[in-house]
Amino acid sequence: MHDKTLAEQAALLASGELHSSDLVEHYLQRIEQHGEALNAFLAVDADGARRAAAAADEQRKAGNAGPLTGVPIAHKDIFCTTQMPTTCGSRMLQNFVSPYEATVVEKLRTAGLVTLGKANMDEFAMGSSNENSYYGPVANPWQQDRVPGGSSGGSAAIVAARLASAATGTDTGGSIRQPAAYCGITGIKPTYGRVSRYGMIAFASSLDQGGPMAQTAEDCALLLQAMAGHDSRDSTCSPLAVPDFSATLNAELKGLRIGVPQEYFAEGLDDDVARCVNEALAVLEAEGAILKPISLPNQGLCIPAYYVIAPAEASSNLSRFDGVRFGHRCENPQDIDDLYTRSRGEGFGPEVKRRILIGAYALSAGYYDAYYKKAQQVRQLVSDDFSNAFADVDVIAGPTTPTTAFARGAKSDDPVAMYLNDLFTVSANLSGLPALSAPCGFAEGLPVGLQLCAPANQEARLLNVAHRYQSVTDWHRQIPANFA
Amino acid sequence: MTWETVIGLEIHAQLATRSKIFSAASTAFGAEPNTQASAVDLGLPGVLPVVNREVVRMAVRFALATDASITRRSVFARKNYFYPDLPKGYQISQMAFPIVGEGSITITLPDGQEKLIGLTRAHLEEDAGKSVHDLFEGMTGIDLNRAGTPLLEIVSEPDMRSATEAVAYARYMHSLVRYIDICDGNMQEGSFRCDANVSVRQAGSDTLGTRTEIKNLNSFRFLERAIDFEVERQIDIIEDGGTVVQETRLYDADKDETRSMRSKEEANDYRYFPDPDLPPLVIDEAFIESVRATMPELPVARRARFIDELEIAAADAQALCADRQTADYFEAVFEGRQFAPKLAANWMLGELFARLNKEDMALADAPVSARLMGDLITRVDDGTLSGKLGKQVFDALWGGEQDVDAVIDARGLKQITDTGAIEAMIDEVIAANPSQLAEYRAGKEKLLSFFVGAVMKASKGKANPAQLNQILRDKLKA
Repeated sequence: MHDKTLAEQAALLASGELHSSDLVEHYLQRIEQHGEALNAFLAVDADGARRAAAAADEQRKAGNAGPLTGVPIAHKDIFCTTQMPTTCGSRMLQNFVSPYEATVVEKLRTAGLVTLGKANMDEFAMGSSNENSYYGPVANPWQQDRVPGGSSGGSAAIVAARLASAATGTDTGGSIRQPAAYCGITGIKPTYGRVSRYGMIAFASSLDQGGPMAQTAEDCALLLQAMAGHDSRDSTCSPLAVPDFSATLNAELKGLRIGVPQEYFAEGLDDDVARCVNEALAVLEAEGAILKPISLPNQGLCIPAYYVIAPAEASSNLSRFDGVRFGHRCENPQDIDDLYTRSRGEGFGPEVKRRILIGAYALSAGYYDAYYKKAQQVRQLVSDDFSNAFADVDVIAGPTTPTTAFARGAKSDDPVAMYLNDLFTVSANLSGLPALSAPCGFAEGLPVGLQLCAPANQEARLLNVAHRYQSVTDWHRQIPANFA
Repeated sequence: MTWETVIGLEIHAQLATRSKIFSAASTAFGAEPNTQASAVDLGLPGVLPVVNREVVRMAVRFALATDASITRRSVFARKNYFYPDLPKGYQISQMAFPIVGEGSITITLPDGQEKLIGLTRAHLEEDAGKSVHDLFEGMTGIDLNRAGTPLLEIVSEPDMRSATEAVAYARYMHSLVRYIDICDGNMQEGSFRCDANVSVRQAGSDTLGTRTEIKNLNSFRFLERAIDFEVERQIDIIEDGGTVVQETRLYDADKDETRSMRSKEEANDYRYFPDPDLPPLVIDEAFIESVRATMPELPVARRARFIDELEIAAADAQALCADRQTADYFEAVFEGRQFAPKLAANWMLGELFARLNKEDMALADAPVSARLMGDLITRVDDGTLSGKLGKQVFDALWGGEQDVDAVIDARGLKQITDTGAIEAMIDEVIAANPSQLAEYRAGKEKLLSFFVGAVMKASKGKANPAQLNQILRDKLKA
């Protein structure tokens, strides 16, 4: 059952050949069997999943089922859920149970999806390797001494190891796409504002965007359909109508102009990754697309700008974790300053502290103009680069990451080397554009990701290109040997 | 050496919306602690603010009432600091781009002089919760009912030169925000709070002295006393050769003094930056025009109209326009009536206000409606009642009577205007007092009042006084 894609499972559920209860039971068994090795789940709600599956089957019998009714999913532990804790990978929120449900969780539940559990992640979504989780690192299903990427590393590992049909993720600087690339699955970061952020614990509000992670672009299209749409509880959520993403999946690529940024194929890009991506581009060309070399001249400024803006917003967003109303509180505080200092000192891990410090510094009096304001100006330049590029091309394609998944611990002591993982992904967040990563080959047994980026609100185009690619390749069909 | 005082005020007016500025929770005062705090007000993980449109409408009303510019694209910013009753660790406010820009108002000082006071800006922000220090032994309680209550912070230019001017400004602002229905003005409940920036300088100097900010002055009396104390304190420091330290001070009403709260060095670095959860607040012309269409006549214009068109005395017009209810009541008294508006002003400022003061009541609670007041004045104006009888009818109305003519009939208070009847009473009185008549005719004219009193008594107070006087004089002469 688990070798089927979500779309295939949905079809079997619809035809009655498969029951949600059986599918859920199958995954629960797999989680039992493989969960510990990967450490990808922070919570599993077996009883709740069984109840939801039974209800889904009833709904199906009654003829009230939707296209995704009964499909099992895991939620990144950044989305607030009322039936399980929401830890955000932090000690700060150990055992925290939200009294309300995130819009994304609510929408997917309403669409009939069955929640299996919560996925491990880098603490407060800060990290590119899932090594920053208070609850321990997640292993990459392809090679278990490798990182799965981050911050949605648990979600990516779960999908890659076929422990759920799909998972939700969030992407602030690449946190859906980079782990998708490292784990050989498909993930899309929608246009900023396409998916509600309500109930998604904020890291950097102007960059955060939730999205689906699954085996294929077709699966992502179905999931995004259920996740996207205006939410009156999120002022930054787009009021635009959501197109039918599945309707255009098979559109021909003939004449599609694909821009290939020269800046992506430069020093730092692993040769094998370059080879896989070039082969993928050739496949797309064979499908009728036209490849055009383009330039994104300010690409080199993305990482510095991102690592000012994201920490600045985070330093403020994380102020609410003060030990006063919820979350970790230190023992026997002497006074209010002691309560703040020790609660936060104990509750946050080192990377979170580092970013709070960087962010507070960047916003402080006398430094604001040199850092935060300058970074916002760079952000505009990066956006302009894309606007210029999209005057001549329909889609931009390149590698998702410079390398394949690295070994656990390899970059733990070098934050800057770690940050360079986001080299090709942060620009889409800075400019708010939709971007997708799809598997496009292997290098020494590890998956390589192809990144596609489109103008705002053109997720349908990305899903179309990726789906056409997946119609003539089978990288997305590969399952790690230990989890077959 | 003579000193000049320079004062600017920051007023926090709580906007009278039903729900909070960024959440749907109620803003009602006095509920059980933490029962009016939603997930958004509590700053739970993952929640997001959504601007209450009513708050925007009220800020625009304020701008229109103060001749201020309206920022077409204003920006909410986060003011970051830690405090237990500040749930998110930041307050959502406005910094670089406030919704209301420069404006001005004209205030009337106690001596009748007018003064133009500049307004620097007014911006929207959320209130914090409350720390409760006296409820739990060794602990502080937090009540977040107030968290997220909408505030309009109104910042004046340093245009006031005395505590008296500052109070006149604050009073006008207090009246204005109620006039335009954006704030209930309840100072006890903290709906209208003042901070005063005070400095002194040598008379004639055009540079500002070092200022101190006095926080949380919740009555006009405290505002006046705190400024007077602070001015004296600053002058003493300078005259003793010292320098004033820029700091925030708190007024202690019990001791009638200000004391240091925190110095500039201790001040927080608030790390303001645009709130990424809220897109810029865009206001278009159509919205402004829709708000303008609902604006009431403002106190200054109304007062001018009362003086020019209704021939009300300036001081009376000022009193009638002190708040909107009073002015509305006044206009309702004479609306559709034959008598001059001036009569309505006299009755209101005389009989009605005297009674309200005596009973320590507000106009809104007065038992006599504007309609009844109009009925009463109509009967005085048409001669049915003398002024004196009118006061008797007013007493009856105050006691709960609801029909002026019924009171007049039931109590037989109708004025006697029949000349024959009055003549008959006069003849009787004259006949009964021959010696007084002789004295009067011999030149003792002050006996007139004796006769007036006697006839009035005979008429049981109902004779028309003017007629009585005229006829009596004629008869006494003859």
